[in-house]
Amino acid sequence: MSAVPASHDLALSPPVGWRGLISDWSSDREAFHIAWGKAMMWIFLLSDTFIFGSFLTGYMTVRASTTVPWPNPSEVFALHVGGTDVPLLLIAIMTFVLISSSGTMAMAVNCAYRRDRINAAALMFVTAGFGEMFVGMQAFEWTKLILEGVRPWGNPMGAAQFGSTFFMITGFHGLHVTAGVIYLIVVAVRLLRGKYEGGGGNYQIVEIAGLYWHFVDLVWVFIFALFYLW
Amino acid sequence: MTTGTGQQHPIGLYLKIWGLLFVLSTLSYGVDYFHIQGFLRWGLILVFMLLKAGLIVAVFMHLAWERLALICAILLPPLGLLVLVGLMAAEADYTYLTRLFFFR
Repeated sequence: MSAVPASHDLALSPPVGWRGLISDWSSDREAFHIAWGKAMMWIFLLSDTFIFGSFLTGYMTVRASTTVPWPNPSEVFALHVGGTDVPLLLIAIMTFVLISSSGTMAMAVNCAYRRDRINAAALMFVTAGFGEMFVGMQAFEWTKLILEGVRPWGNPMGAAQFGSTFFMITGFHGLHVTAGVIYLIVVAVRLLRGKYEGGGGNYQIVEIAGLYWHFVDLVWVFIFALFYLW
Repeated sequence: MTTGTGQQHPIGLYLKIWGLLFVLSTLSYGVDYFHIQGFLRWGLILVFMLLKAGLIVAVFMHLAWERLALICAILLPPLGLLVLVGLMAAEADYTYLTRLFFFR
């Protein structure tokens, strides 16, 4: 008699300890009715939001608390074109390049849903090209500022915190763009090679990569407004 | 309304949003180019920023068509950052006043 209820008991009372923890967290309950990859990308982006949010809050704190005048970004980032200084010209071009890349990425996602993998991959390469262009212009901007004497610990234009927040925030964003370019190229190449054709073809990965890319553009919207325009 | 797994929208929608983002970027650049100052400057910068961010998240990232559970999970936690901003604004003010008091 004692051997029979063993399995019966197991079904009634859930396992305890580590085994219980695993069964509780994996008992086929879904909060989000979307592909797991997409849910995980959203959760990663949420965590990234907090990283950039904390950076920008830190920037606000040091800028509001310094008694030394903050360098005027409009003048610091001006370009000398045709005999006059055009304020923020390079930054404006970078903004338009990144928005264009977001547009081509949206088109790539749309093509992927139409199951047009050739155009989806082509548009992803165009997006990566725009991203690389953005990083190139950022490298130019960094070089220009470093030659003008801007350092993380000081600069000739004003408050020392300008350099540290500038290199930290734009550097971390540039790192995200660079990672995104690599990510897009990898996904586009795998798409062309037919790596996602299993099970009738699932191009969800294009939308997931797109989420990351749009997020990078989103962060730039905040950096552009709060760092360069403020 | 889709259930969030299929996001098939007309390509014209993306082109419109793309154009709108260009216009909004031009406008926010105009704020700097035409040297608008004071509260009008900060207000315009924030409005254009939030409009651009909203369009990107809602349309390009398809969040407008996702289920409410996901929308809440993504959009509500960052509101906590506003608390941090509030705390740090007060702290920065205090630091600024202390510096004026002791280093002048």
